[in-house]
Amino acid sequence: MQKERLQASLKKTARTFVNLLPIIVGMLLLTSLAVTMFPEQISAGLFGSSDALDALVGASVGSIAAGHPLASYLLGGELLKSGVSLVAVTALIVSWVTVGVVQLPAEVLMLGARFAIYRNVICFFSSVAIAFLSVYTLRLIG
Amino acid sequence: MERERKKTGLGGWLFLLLVLAAYGVTGAVDAETAGQALSFFAKVMQNVLPVLVIVFFLLLAADLLFEPKWIKCNLGREAGIKGWLLAAVGGVLATGPIYAWYALLRELREKGMRASLAAVFLYSRAIKLPLLPLMIHYFGTAYTLVLCLYLLGFSIVSGVLMVKLEDRETT
Repeated sequence: MQKERLQASLKKTARTFVNLLPIIVGMLLLTSLAVTMFPEQISAGLFGSSDALDALVGASVGSIAAGHPLASYLLGGELLKSGVSLVAVTALIVSWVTVGVVQLPAEVLMLGARFAIYRNVICFFSSVAIAFLSVYTLRLIG
Repeated sequence: MERERKKTGLGGWLFLLLVLAAYGVTGAVDAETAGQALSFFAKVMQNVLPVLVIVFFLLLAADLLFEPKWIKCNLGREAGIKGWLLAAVGGVLATGPIYAWYALLRELREKGMRASLAAVFLYSRAIKLPLLPLMIHYFGTAYTLVLCLYLLGFSIVSGVLMVKLEDRETT
């Protein structure tokens, strides 16, 4: 019984993992290409004005993006290396997984318009708040 | 749900194909840039590979230890502090496409689950346990810990704010 369950779990996990792989490899390839082609432009273009504006831009990008959360870590990590602030990257990572502009129609249908809109607005602003709080906390604890 | 999973899998491969096509176009226009990007990718992949092994085993552990029925059963209980905690923990443990969870949450809400708890559940999904090693790899342990704690805290905050919506619905 236990062996069967383990086998079924291994099968399911392997399937999930195989589904994850093209996303991971694709995202790594894409960010490698972007970082090679536009090393300066990425940080200078969208980001780089002020922490507050960068956080809003990061949160907006994350809200619109619809991909596996893993992609946000990869993109965030590469953005960080190319000079984008941690506040902006954090806002991007948090809004990526909490705000879902693309999923909004589905959420409206399943959970109601008021719930979906309120929840997404709350999540957008809290992603900015978390970005600042996380970075300041890290500075405080050294 | 099965159909959704299969669709997501195909989407991933399609995405990879599109990226490879972009490399093909870049290579045709500027072979040097494409080569540089590929060597950059190889370097990053070398660092990420060991982390992916850990991710695989965490996915397996999550599947073995936490059954959806368990999460569903405990989230459907009368809400108290335990309900809030369960919603937060359930969200952290929830994996898979969000559409599947919308369906579950709708079912639970129809059975009396509070909107605030649904919000807490959806918010705490932001903490992806199997992906934590990768987050640590990119951003460090301290950052990951701090961020996860804030995410947990704000999942409760979002729930509290949603209580106001709930109150409006009932009045």
